[in-house]
Amino acid sequence: MKTLSKLLLALPLLAASVAQARDITLLNVSYDPTREFYREFNDAFAADWKAKTGDSVTIQASHGGSGKQARSVIDGLKADVVTLALSGDIDAIVQNARLLPPDWQSRLPNSSSPYTSTIVFLVRKGNPKGIRDWGDLTKPGISVITPNPKTSGGARWNYLAAWGWADRAFGGDRAKTIDYITRLFQNVPILDTGARGSTTTFVNRRVGDVFLSWENEAYLVLGNPGGDRFEIVVPSLSVLAEPPVALVDRNVDAKGTRAAAQAYLEFLYTEQGQKLAAKHHYRPSKPELVDAASLAKFPKLELLTIADFGGWAVAQKEHFGDGGIFDQIFQPAK
Amino acid sequence: MLTESHADSALSEPAWLRWTLIGIVVVAMLGLIALPLALVAVEALAQGWVAYFSAISDRDTVAAIKLTLLVAAITVPLNAVFGIAAAWSITKYEFPGKRLLLALIDLPFAISPVVAGLVFVLLFGAQGWFGDWLAERDLQIIFATPGIVLATVFITFPFVARELIPLMQAQGRDEEEAAVSLGANGWTLFWRVTLPNIKWALLYGVLLCNARAMGEFGAVSVVSGHIRGLTNTLPLHVEILHNEFSFAAAFAVASLLTLLALVTLLIKIWLEARHGDALAVRAGRH
Repeated sequence: MKTLSKLLLALPLLAASVAQARDITLLNVSYDPTREFYREFNDAFAADWKAKTGDSVTIQASHGGSGKQARSVIDGLKADVVTLALSGDIDAIVQNARLLPPDWQSRLPNSSSPYTSTIVFLVRKGNPKGIRDWGDLTKPGISVITPNPKTSGGARWNYLAAWGWADRAFGGDRAKTIDYITRLFQNVPILDTGARGSTTTFVNRRVGDVFLSWENEAYLVLGNPGGDRFEIVVPSLSVLAEPPVALVDRNVDAKGTRAAAQAYLEFLYTEQGQKLAAKHHYRPSKPELVDAASLAKFPKLELLTIADFGGWAVAQKEHFGDGGIFDQIFQPAK
Repeated sequence: MLTESHADSALSEPAWLRWTLIGIVVVAMLGLIALPLALVAVEALAQGWVAYFSAISDRDTVAAIKLTLLVAAITVPLNAVFGIAAAWSITKYEFPGKRLLLALIDLPFAISPVVAGLVFVLLFGAQGWFGDWLAERDLQIIFATPGIVLATVFITFPFVARELIPLMQAQGRDEEEAAVSLGANGWTLFWRVTLPNIKWALLYGVLLCNARAMGEFGAVSVVSGHIRGLTNTLPLHVEILHNEFSFAAAFAVASLLTLLALVTLLIKIWLEARHGDALAVRAGRH
């Protein structure tokens, strides 16, 4: 009898706990080439979160050029998490809207970069123009496709990789390096705002001889219909791009989604998250969690990091800020 | 109509000139309009009917259709009412600044849609003029449906007014004055005299307004935030699908917009054929 009354007492509690299973919606504001990765990752996380907590989580996604996306978050796009191309873009959110603390990058492992990538060359099949390395890009008659460094994170990495190569090739002669970068951008016929726009320009509109592309984006092109019309060229030197992720504190606290948003970012570092990153051609930051066969496609090459350019704050101001080197050297191609 | 009165002088042109002109226009129409339209249909069905229907019944596509319809359902009646009010005050009353008001109504035609979108971000964005006020009240305008509606209302502002003003100017105030002298009140006047006089022009304006409201890209793109399944209208969704290499799906969704354009065109032709006299400003009507 006593057990029965206990049971009866427990029923409403049980009902209450079932009723508490919530529907949570998270908004991930991301950059262009991550669409396919996050689509699969979102489903994996939703299943995992449902199993752990019983809550249903729906992840909404917004993609665009990294700088533009940061601008939207600053202007009030209510992102729970941002997964952008550069830490500088997330710093911009800190400075302009104070939605998260300045030390955000130390809150997750590997400087908040669950995956990394690098910049490679995508050329037309058979490499008809014989493009092997950065030095080939300034040759006359070579048409180079890159997005706009002002709006695209990937484009800033393209620029810095070229700069890093030239700096080394010319023994640190700054005038020669600037001349190289100037001539490189004279070979750029069109600047799209985001990486995906440039991919479309190169792949579908068939403009250009070489596309300076994220490694993962290049593999994505090869894997799509018509991908056999292209091949990847790995230059002698490139950059280690560490696309960072961060919780947007003010937004998650306002929406009451902190726990799920935090778990979402942490899930990126789990075995499942890392394997999905590798599958979508991102270099996992914890390669030990991923089998060697999946890592074979990532060639080993010398990679400069943003520290070689003095960190994002310095590089941003020197190269991409208003009146910076890019503003001085770039004139739209005639 | 105009073409009739000028028909004689056109005949005096040499035949070769006439045919060259006609040829140029026909080639341009085929190359610039008919060909791209046909291409949309071909690309949309490139992977067959099954792929076509699965593309337009996709969850995000359905959400985009619903949002687009919702935006049009709010925008079009609003701008119809505004258009009538604006046309009425401009053609029936005399007041200082009337020319300025006319110019302002035309502004959305002159301004780039991107600028229009940015203006709303500057006003209602988190860093904008009303940003803090909105945040305190937990109101979201930009990157949500209200912002998309606002941008669309702005862009489609002039369509109805621009259609009605010349007509009501030509019609003058005679009929209304007669009705008033016979004892009609304002309401009766509007329903029994004014509206019947302008109804076809109003429909024409509403039609154009609706086509633009559903098709607007630039301004909406700036204020949308591009959240899939939530703030993507049909035109934005087409771009997203295209950027994701889902070309057949992109063209399938684009075909919906094309269909809308064709329906608009057909109604427009019908209106012009059946009620051309009620649309045109005809001298000597009264």
